[in-house]
Amino acid sequence: MNFDFSEDEKLVADQVQRLLSDHCTTAHVRQVLEGDASMAKEAWSGLVDMGLPGTVVPESYGGVEAGYLTLCLVAQQLGAHVAPTPFSSSVYLATEALLQFADEAQKSTWLPKLAAGEVTGTLAVNETTDEVSQNNIDSIVADGHLSGRKLIVADGLTADIAVVLAVAKDGGPALYLADLRHESVERDAVETVDPTKASATITFDGVPVELIGGAGEGWQNLQRLYDRAAVLFAFEQIGGAQSALDMAVAYAQERFAFGRPIGSFQALKHMMADMYVALKLAESNCYYAAWALASDSADLPLAAATARVSATQAYQLCSRDNIQVHGGMGFTWEFDCHLYYRRSNYLALQLGGLAAWEDRLVDVLPLGDSPEAA
Amino acid sequence: MDFNDTKEEAAFRAEARSWIAGNAPAHLAAPLASSTFGGINTGDEDPLQAAKAWQKKKADGGWACLQWPTEYGGRGATPMQSVIWSQEEGVYGKLSGTFIIGQGMCGPTLIAYASEEHKRRFLPKMASGEEIWCQLFSEPVAGSDLAGLRTKAERDGDDWVINGQKIWTSGAQHSDYGILITRTDPTVAKHKGLTMFFLDMKSPGVDIRPIKQVNGQSGFNEVYFDNVRIPDAQRLGDVGNGWQVSLTTLMNERLAIGGSIATGVPEVRELVESLNMGPGKAIDNPAVRSKLADWYAKSSGLKNTAARSLTALSKGDVPGPENSIGKLVVGGMMQDIAKFAMDIQGFGSLVMDPEVAEGNARFQAMLLRSPAIRIEGGTDQILRNIIAERVLGLPADMRADKGLPYNEIPTGS
Repeated sequence: MNFDFSEDEKLVADQVQRLLSDHCTTAHVRQVLEGDASMAKEAWSGLVDMGLPGTVVPESYGGVEAGYLTLCLVAQQLGAHVAPTPFSSSVYLATEALLQFADEAQKSTWLPKLAAGEVTGTLAVNETTDEVSQNNIDSIVADGHLSGRKLIVADGLTADIAVVLAVAKDGGPALYLADLRHESVERDAVETVDPTKASATITFDGVPVELIGGAGEGWQNLQRLYDRAAVLFAFEQIGGAQSALDMAVAYAQERFAFGRPIGSFQALKHMMADMYVALKLAESNCYYAAWALASDSADLPLAAATARVSATQAYQLCSRDNIQVHGGMGFTWEFDCHLYYRRSNYLALQLGGLAAWEDRLVDVLPLGDSPEAA
Repeated sequence: MDFNDTKEEAAFRAEARSWIAGNAPAHLAAPLASSTFGGINTGDEDPLQAAKAWQKKKADGGWACLQWPTEYGGRGATPMQSVIWSQEEGVYGKLSGTFIIGQGMCGPTLIAYASEEHKRRFLPKMASGEEIWCQLFSEPVAGSDLAGLRTKAERDGDDWVINGQKIWTSGAQHSDYGILITRTDPTVAKHKGLTMFFLDMKSPGVDIRPIKQVNGQSGFNEVYFDNVRIPDAQRLGDVGNGWQVSLTTLMNERLAIGGSIATGVPEVRELVESLNMGPGKAIDNPAVRSKLADWYAKSSGLKNTAARSLTALSKGDVPGPENSIGKLVVGGMMQDIAKFAMDIQGFGSLVMDPEVAEGNARFQAMLLRSPAIRIEGGTDQILRNIIAERVLGLPADMRADKGLPYNEIPTGS
């Protein structure tokens, strides 16, 4: 057994860390937050220059085939920097959907462009404010044309293509590929708790689409895609949780009250110790899920749900209590605490909320599998 | 990253498995598996004798205290091999509880500080379970503030004379020897005036009194010392260096405890799958599913954290204070699980009779034993202080006794 990332994988993570430290500071994040930029452009072009949108794309389609373990560590860095780039939507969702379900022609057309960062993609699912289910997808595909309205699409303002869950006129749900630059696509910016995610409401009015994967298999395929993407999003979540915890610890050391650093008060120490514990558990579950993803383990659905549940909890706890450690200053626009708070809540819901993933975890829990701490 | 055994690990696992198949007390497997929390079930056999018999057999076969050097009764195995052994030992590992404090804490302290002669005399019998050891640290006035302990050791010729009282000593009533931390100089700061010894628990003047606990059992004891004499040759480490020696012991406690922790998760999982609730089973209820998922994720996080520590250990890193999270997570979780499991059964679950209560009254046992997990071996609060100060690097607490000689520290009594 070897439960650690390799030196090569860590090296890539270090390079991404350096890139983002220069080009994805909180000042860059704030430009997007304030509406002065649509994304952290230099950070995105740096990621593209390193070939990272093609991290898991085969070389035959223009990728670098560096593997899912590398991609997990890249995700962790993006999360740590609250990166406002289309990376997660394009790589963990659109590219991944094509890799898993597309036919040869679709792969040849789109994967090289996605891997090179020439186009970016996203995933369009939700239509209502209810948790997604087979009963609330009304978008319909008839004669190869899609009509419907997707309420919230992450990076929907900037993406060029989208994988869309819709119902075939004479069949069940399926995944389709749509070109968002088509004239019958209308995109409206939608305000969310995290404006750095370039979210959009997208209306399709007879847009030509191609089926991806089997007809009627949309729901199962979406679940498979979510299992894979959940691992990568969980790495973004633990990256963000670590940054929020680091910020809290740093502030507690420099801020004085009653003649002593506030970090010497047990009330705050214990709060930060609990943040650390939640993060550590999530991190270890993420490691296991990374292995399950990279090795195509049959354990992936359970490992992914476990990582997702604990990473959501850890990031929400760390971002929330980071504000608490900062006191009143934590509630100002000026301090960066809210960047993590916003992103933690966005990521917590993007693939379905905590309750949905807890339910999923129990669904896939095989009889007799309950770990004692070994 | 790879979760599968290497070729060497697989070979070791096969060897362990085949030895266990040929030697383990198979007739005890079923009763042991039905043990409830806080005790072991060995059917008609005396639990202590059953534990000693299995331990002796393991020692004779070279499967005791795997990581110790062979000359001290161990196997010279790697940490990874030791974990593989525990996985294979499975349910029979429940028989090892009696020896954990000796082998997990006293042993490593002797290895670090005892004379060669003492190591060769005492360690093999500790490994084989023929001699049981306990650890005499906590006192009525010194628990979380261990360094505030009062038990006095005064030099008299070649001996030391001990007077005072220890408490919360697990297994003292079965123990042959113990390691004992004492105050040898009350005029210096509290951490500086301590000295460690080991002693024969049958020495004249040692009085052991079991403590009746909340759950009615008596796993812990008070131990009184009335002019007990210990030869200076049984001192561990220098005079005044007892605090450093105790840190060796406590660091190994983290490893020993990190070895295997019962969480309550498999038990509650089993319960909610069979328990009727409303029109279906408890596991169909969304509130139950949410809790089960959270507990599963936590216990899985602990298991995976242990796997990471093990990888670090295999690469030669020293286990750090981050391993404190295990007990901190489990204590609260087990208490929650016990309460929840009874809550969803309702009023009838208050019945303690194992013939009546679900699962041999396991949740009732858990409810009454779990408060202690959050206190023993470092309270939840002390563990959070350790994480905050030693892992996160937050400033130390302001201490009212800082820099004061021990005999000038306010005691409130």
